[in-house]
Amino acid sequence: MNSPSLDVAYVAGLARMELTPQEEALFQTQLSHVLDYVQQLQQIDVSSVPDTPVDPTLPTNVLREDLLKDSLPVADALLNAPKKANNLIMMPKIVE
Amino acid sequence: MSLHTLTIKELKAKLAAKEISSADIVRSLIQRIESVDGRIKGYLRVNAEDALRQAGQADLSKPLGGIPIAIKDNINARGELTTCGSRILENFHSPYDATVITKLKNAGAVLLGRTNMDEFAMGSSTEHSAFQKTANPWNTDCIPGGSSGGSAAVVAADEAIASLGSDTGGSIRQPAALCGCVGLKPTYGRVSRYGLVAFASSLDQIGPFSKTVEDSALLLNVIAGHDPMENTSRPVPVPDYSAGLGRSVKGLKIGIPKEYFIDGMNPEIEAAVRKAIDWFAGQGAEIVEISLPHTQAAIAVYYIIATAEASANLARFDGVRYGKRASDATDMISVYRKTRAQGFGSEVKRRIILGTYVLSSGYYDAYYNRAQKVRQLLRRDFTEAFKKCDLIFTPTSPIPAFKAGEKTQDPLQMYLADIFTIAVNLAEVCSVSIPCGFTSSRLPVGLQLIGPHFEEAKLLQAAHAYERSHDWFKQKAPL
Repeated sequence: MNSPSLDVAYVAGLARMELTPQEEALFQTQLSHVLDYVQQLQQIDVSSVPDTPVDPTLPTNVLREDLLKDSLPVADALLNAPKKANNLIMMPKIVE
Repeated sequence: MSLHTLTIKELKAKLAAKEISSADIVRSLIQRIESVDGRIKGYLRVNAEDALRQAGQADLSKPLGGIPIAIKDNINARGELTTCGSRILENFHSPYDATVITKLKNAGAVLLGRTNMDEFAMGSSTEHSAFQKTANPWNTDCIPGGSSGGSAAVVAADEAIASLGSDTGGSIRQPAALCGCVGLKPTYGRVSRYGLVAFASSLDQIGPFSKTVEDSALLLNVIAGHDPMENTSRPVPVPDYSAGLGRSVKGLKIGIPKEYFIDGMNPEIEAAVRKAIDWFAGQGAEIVEISLPHTQAAIAVYYIIATAEASANLARFDGVRYGKRASDATDMISVYRKTRAQGFGSEVKRRIILGTYVLSSGYYDAYYNRAQKVRQLLRRDFTEAFKKCDLIFTPTSPIPAFKAGEKTQDPLQMYLADIFTIAVNLAEVCSVSIPCGFTSSRLPVGLQLIGPHFEEAKLLQAAHAYERSHDWFKQKAPL
């Protein structure tokens, strides 16, 4: 693979996270170094590992017994809501 | 009497003999905290009144009856704040108890206070906490390690009898080594993470810090076990980890991986670790050289997998249901964007960006998929190695505690501080760091013992044998 083409501003958009121009510039430099460092993985022969590596010793699809029980009370669930009314969480309106 | 300097085992004996009460222990600790925590800053919050109330009600017949325990601030305890060292959770009150908290309460423990940490457990120095920087009790100009730096420092400074931390890439063992206490990372699946704020879910594990190996065994007895609320916890029987202590190490096969004794390692650390290995050989253990060929790749694999998982786990902090919400946001998208901008510190942002990038369209195969494959090779390394030996010994950290501020400008250098601990999480095996000496400038050195999956008993037996013949753990930081 060629040298990484990280566009911090674009990725910050994907992550729904505003960055200051200073942060953008700093992360661009710092993360380019990190990506240069992780390039070493391209040199490792992984041909012996299947394409979807699943550890056969680990359990999959672990399900709890489907028992009826009380869930978190509404008041507790809303305890930390930044803005709430009528037992609902409030957000800015979506539809015009 | 300086009750705060004692171990769980010593305090249990005094409680059983009715020489002291649990409240006496709490008061001794509070006094110690008032006298030294201004310099250490290991605690984010101590609730003296509530701890005394718990102490008054503690059932002393229980395994941890009346013993105060400090908790890393990413483990939920109902009604208390759980901040994860982050502004975004500054006012977050836990609506429920983590399973380890329920288990501690059922075992009679007293919850003393909450310890400082790198924000969302991302860091190796506890300098990334949004609230305060914790100092190393052995030299307050130095960092305590991280991310569970507060949990390590308060034990080393006798501000706690023991504590809980979490370990995703070394966050229990590295601070334990740098602060000179015992830090145990159990096997992935040994301890329920229900109620632990998730960082990297395929790596996170809760474990104890203590002054002695015996105390770590006692704590593991309490917190280990299957939990129906946590589907990666495994229904593997929990042995009595204390019962196995006291055995000889004669005949134990100890593997020394050549890849862990590298150029650039601090020579005093290498000397202390080699001396510890020689002690085991002198006791009749068999030392065998082994190879973990993919060691060099561990950090690269880790910083892809851990950041990818973190970017997904931390997507929940968007200002909608809980935590901080930016007050200047006018529409949905700007609520997310501004809340995350204002709520997260720069290391968390950096890792979210990296994790989002390695998972993004066009780069997924080159980074994330490849890292997952190399992770399987790392796992195989350990499986093969454990065919030749019972346990693996390495230094816990290639360097002793470093000066505050020394590595914050260069994240890659900070990441490299975890070079000896990270592969253990990727391979999901168990590991403990125990004190094995000091550098010439009196900074603690840690020996890392690594065991196969669910072989904590064997790990603790060997660590305990060493501890009984050495008095490192009795040496106290000059405060």
